[in-house]
Amino acid sequence: MKKIEAIIRPEKFNIVRDALTELGYPGMTVTEVKGHGSQKGISEVWRGRRYRVDLLSKIKLEIVVKEEDVDKIVDTISTEAQTGSIGDGKIFVLNVENVYRIRTKEKDNTAI
Amino acid sequence: MKYVYNKFMIGIWLLLIIGLFVFGMGVVEAAGDPNGSNTYSDSIEGLKISINVVWTLIAAFLVFSMQSGFAFLGGFLRQKNMLNYLAHCFIDSTLGACVFYFFGFAVMFGGAKTYSGLDVGWSGLGWDGFMLLGDAYDVKTVMFWLFQMVFATKTVTIIAGAVAERMKFVPYVIYSCLMCGIIYPLYGHWVWGGGWLSTLPIGNGVVDFAGCAVVHTVGGIMALMGAWAVGPRKGKYNPDGSPNAIPGHNMTYVVVGCFILAFGWFGFNAGSTVAGTDLRISIIATNTFLAAAAGAAIMLFFTWKRQGFVDVSFVCNGALAGLVAITAPCAYVPPWSAIVIGVLAGLIMRGTVSLVEVKLKIDDPLGAVAVHGANGMWGMLAVGLFADGTYGINGLILGNGEQLLAQFIGTIVAFAYALAFGGAVFFGLKGTIGLRSSALEEEEGLDIAYHGTSCYPVEEGLFGAVGEQVIDVQAEKEQLSLLEEAISKDRTREKIYSEKLGRWVYGKAK
Repeated sequence: MKKIEAIIRPEKFNIVRDALTELGYPGMTVTEVKGHGSQKGISEVWRGRRYRVDLLSKIKLEIVVKEEDVDKIVDTISTEAQTGSIGDGKIFVLNVENVYRIRTKEKDNTAI
Repeated sequence: MKYVYNKFMIGIWLLLIIGLFVFGMGVVEAAGDPNGSNTYSDSIEGLKISINVVWTLIAAFLVFSMQSGFAFLGGFLRQKNMLNYLAHCFIDSTLGACVFYFFGFAVMFGGAKTYSGLDVGWSGLGWDGFMLLGDAYDVKTVMFWLFQMVFATKTVTIIAGAVAERMKFVPYVIYSCLMCGIIYPLYGHWVWGGGWLSTLPIGNGVVDFAGCAVVHTVGGIMALMGAWAVGPRKGKYNPDGSPNAIPGHNMTYVVVGCFILAFGWFGFNAGSTVAGTDLRISIIATNTFLAAAAGAAIMLFFTWKRQGFVDVSFVCNGALAGLVAITAPCAYVPPWSAIVIGVLAGLIMRGTVSLVEVKLKIDDPLGAVAVHGANGMWGMLAVGLFADGTYGINGLILGNGEQLLAQFIGTIVAFAYALAFGGAVFFGLKGTIGLRSSALEEEEGLDIAYHGTSCYPVEEGLFGAVGEQVIDVQAEKEQLSLLEEAISKDRTREKIYSEKLGRWVYGKAK
């Protein structure tokens, strides 16, 4: 089992979610996060003076899947969330040891 | 964009300078009463005048407070566009007031002859009292100007709610000036400034006590044309035409705004007597409140029955609908009819929301068309139905149908007038400088795009001084144009109906 953590643009979230649900992965955990990578931040104006906002709003999307599905999902997210400009985000794939469903106490693959 | 803006500002300044030259000559032969010493005297007559002036001024201040009510209604919008809506409200009440001073007031009340300095005017157009110079530099005329100015700026703001979240800033400024300078005053002159509608030889002519047609029908129907021209917000309609809900960001604001508007409306209606010695004001104020209460109450039960819970946004809109509908009849009807008018106003508002959203497919985030447009017309007709003769107007309940006919003519004229001018202004602007903000601006929110900062700025610690890091402007621009292109491509994506999700989704990226 793998956990896919994708950090994407908020503007693209709806599109990515629709595409994943169409693929058959309706479950996900979503967090509004702030951060920056190589994108240098943007400048805004407050009472005539410019200030820099380093940490930009992004959406973090977490989804745990079977190993064989990882490529398909990573491919979907990276196609749909891409705009070509700096700040499109990143995708991390992590190992997951165990998964339990609290309601039924099912374990691992049946619990995803 | 910059070019158009510069040209526009030059035009404004030229107009101001020409105005100063043309009308400045009047300063020399001032015959008004600028310090009030001729108007006031230590007698009962003098005290009466004082009471009237004080009453009208207090009412004007109350009406001015309604602008904050309008601003609070921005709670119906998403937070990324709140500052843009507030900016719209603010330029309406400031820039709009200046335009009304230079131009609008003279067009509206020239020839009315009700106050000093308003002598020149015809039944179709007024032309006196520009910039309150000459004879119009008079305590009573200026008092009247203040009272009318707050009305004018209110009318302009009605449209802000209908075109919110997706309109470019420059066309809005142009529209705001045109509305305050000519569109609102011209129709206002026909009804309030001694124009042809008020002298219509049917019944008592068209009567509109505090502005159902002048303010609300014109504003509401202009809003309809504006919202139509600018198009629905992204995501509002599915490809099969069914509308989606786009929830607002703060219902507290909406409720508070509704209270402030209702409070200001006492000044709006009762102040329209322009006389504190006219004791009908108590009836007017009571009618105003009863209609609002009835409109809210009917929506409480209606939404409860229809949706299974009390929909506070509709209850608030119901109260506003009642207030709009009672604006014209408030002086002429007994309190029981205020209740009837308010109840029907609530239902008309609810019906029009569905009509505009589902049938006409026009996206109106604040319901300006339903609240102001539809109920402005209903209020005008209500005068002809319920006027009970105690304040000079006989309605259908006394068996007199003539007034209803006159009201009907006034309403139809207001409707057609606003439709024509609204179409000309908004579709004209759309064809020349464009109305709609870009896909990226709309997606990221108009606050940052047009005003440089968010309405609710980031928390402390997440921002820094610009100097620490040199920003490469050229590279930033390139990145931005890439992003712009990608986001606008998303908008052209085909939407497909997903059986799995039971809703419309974006198709694959091309």
